[in-house]
Amino acid sequence: MMRTLRLLRLFWGTSIAAEMEYRSNFLMSALTSVGGLVGAVFGLHLFYRGGILLGGWQWEEALMVLGWFTVLTGVSRTLLTANLGRIVEHVQRGTLDFVLLKPVDAQFWLSTRRLSPWGIPDLVFGLGLVLWAGFGRGVSPVHVLVALLPLAGSIVILYSLWFILATTTIWYVKIYNVTEVLNSLLEAGRFPVSAFPAGLYRFVFTFIVPVAFLTTLPAEVLLGRGRLSAIAFGLGLALALFVASRAFFRFALRYYTSASS
Amino acid sequence: MSPGAAFLRKLRAFSSTGVALFSEYRAELLLWSLAGVIPLIMMGVWREASATGAFPLDPTEFTRYFLAVFFVRQATIVWVIWDFETHVVSGTLSPLLLQPTNPAFRFVVWHLTERLARAPFALAVLGIWLLLFPDAAFLPRLGDVCLAALGIAASFATRFMIQYAFAMVGFWSERASSLEELWFLVYVFLSGVIAPLDVYPEGVRTVAAFTPFPYFVYFPVQLLLGREENVLRGFAVLAVWWVLGYALYRVLWRRGLRHYSAMGA
Repeated sequence: MMRTLRLLRLFWGTSIAAEMEYRSNFLMSALTSVGGLVGAVFGLHLFYRGGILLGGWQWEEALMVLGWFTVLTGVSRTLLTANLGRIVEHVQRGTLDFVLLKPVDAQFWLSTRRLSPWGIPDLVFGLGLVLWAGFGRGVSPVHVLVALLPLAGSIVILYSLWFILATTTIWYVKIYNVTEVLNSLLEAGRFPVSAFPAGLYRFVFTFIVPVAFLTTLPAEVLLGRGRLSAIAFGLGLALALFVASRAFFRFALRYYTSASS
Repeated sequence: MSPGAAFLRKLRAFSSTGVALFSEYRAELLLWSLAGVIPLIMMGVWREASATGAFPLDPTEFTRYFLAVFFVRQATIVWVIWDFETHVVSGTLSPLLLQPTNPAFRFVVWHLTERLARAPFALAVLGIWLLLFPDAAFLPRLGDVCLAALGIAASFATRFMIQYAFAMVGFWSERASSLEELWFLVYVFLSGVIAPLDVYPEGVRTVAAFTPFPYFVYFPVQLLLGREENVLRGFAVLAVWWVLGYALYRVLWRRGLRHYSAMGA
């Protein structure tokens, strides 16, 4: 455990030092983040102008979903894009060899080696929106505590899906943009899943691309509306996907033949 | 060789390499098409919302609207800035500069051939959606189709010109594409990708009308659906922004070339 923490400090310290070369980017990404959030809130408001409750959700409640979505975007930008986007490069150049030879879990190394500070504005503004909207709805501290599990679960689900898709590049080097597809499907997570038409849409966004568990469920639990069965299912899904991502990575490695050696 | 024949030869060379390139990366193109599903996600939410709420469009009209948005987006996607950025950063722009033709020509032709390679995927997605929502099927009038085709072409030309002008910033900065990211942010919210402008507050619509964004997506979609639209104004605004983009491109291109140090050479 101590070793893991020490490694993380080393990894992230060097990453931040490297990224500080491009300090002016920070302003740009903060600007993009604020602009994106303002636009997203505006886009959400368009539905409420029509005098409906989006999927039965009050305005502040829907804002909590959007806020948590923004947090997850921040997680993607700080950790997932920075690390998992590189797996394809390692496969293409054969430098995955060096990773595999290191005396550290390869999946851990591949997933945490880099930290990109450019996603931090998203994390901050997203959390801010969740808290602000949550106070507006009178969310109790007890519910916040209970919600920590599904909130963490949603991050694990997001990570596992990303990692599984990124691992497929061991076979199909060229399809690095498969994560773009995931990203655009995840856009559905801006809205509570009940805002989608019953049937195919809701089925897909619950079981195939589980955005229901990524943003809707954590917000429900924060509001004290989470059903125990849904929470249990969400956590089970997180655990199952995480185990699957490890198993899949090991399986994929058997097909890794390195490059130019 | 006459200038016309030379032009045709270049066109043939670039388009055949383009076709070869993009058919090699079929799987990637399929994924890029799939990555364009955001209008279809928005369609779901708007369809559901309009079933009960008071909106200017009914569920069927929303469905048609977003199908048209999907189509227009697929036809007008521009990615030249990332290509150009890679060429500048890695120094591979140098061989392109040695060729007796402006590199812009190659990029335009590649974008056009990419459209051809992308078309089957986009049409398949459209077909699946029409099967799912048969109420949205309709036959646009021939006149509307022609007008919309012109609108799509104008939208693509202007988007390309402006993005290419931004790409010229790459001569000075390694991250020119962040300009495009910022631009794209406004594009998403004002072009009609997330919602038809009809549901926007009056004030926002008025402001948006002075920007090029609604004319990139909303305008050609309106033409395709045969809905009321100020046709002349749309084309005029696009033309003005094309000229602005072109002027910026010329200025930055001349200075940029002098500044260009051919990385890795």
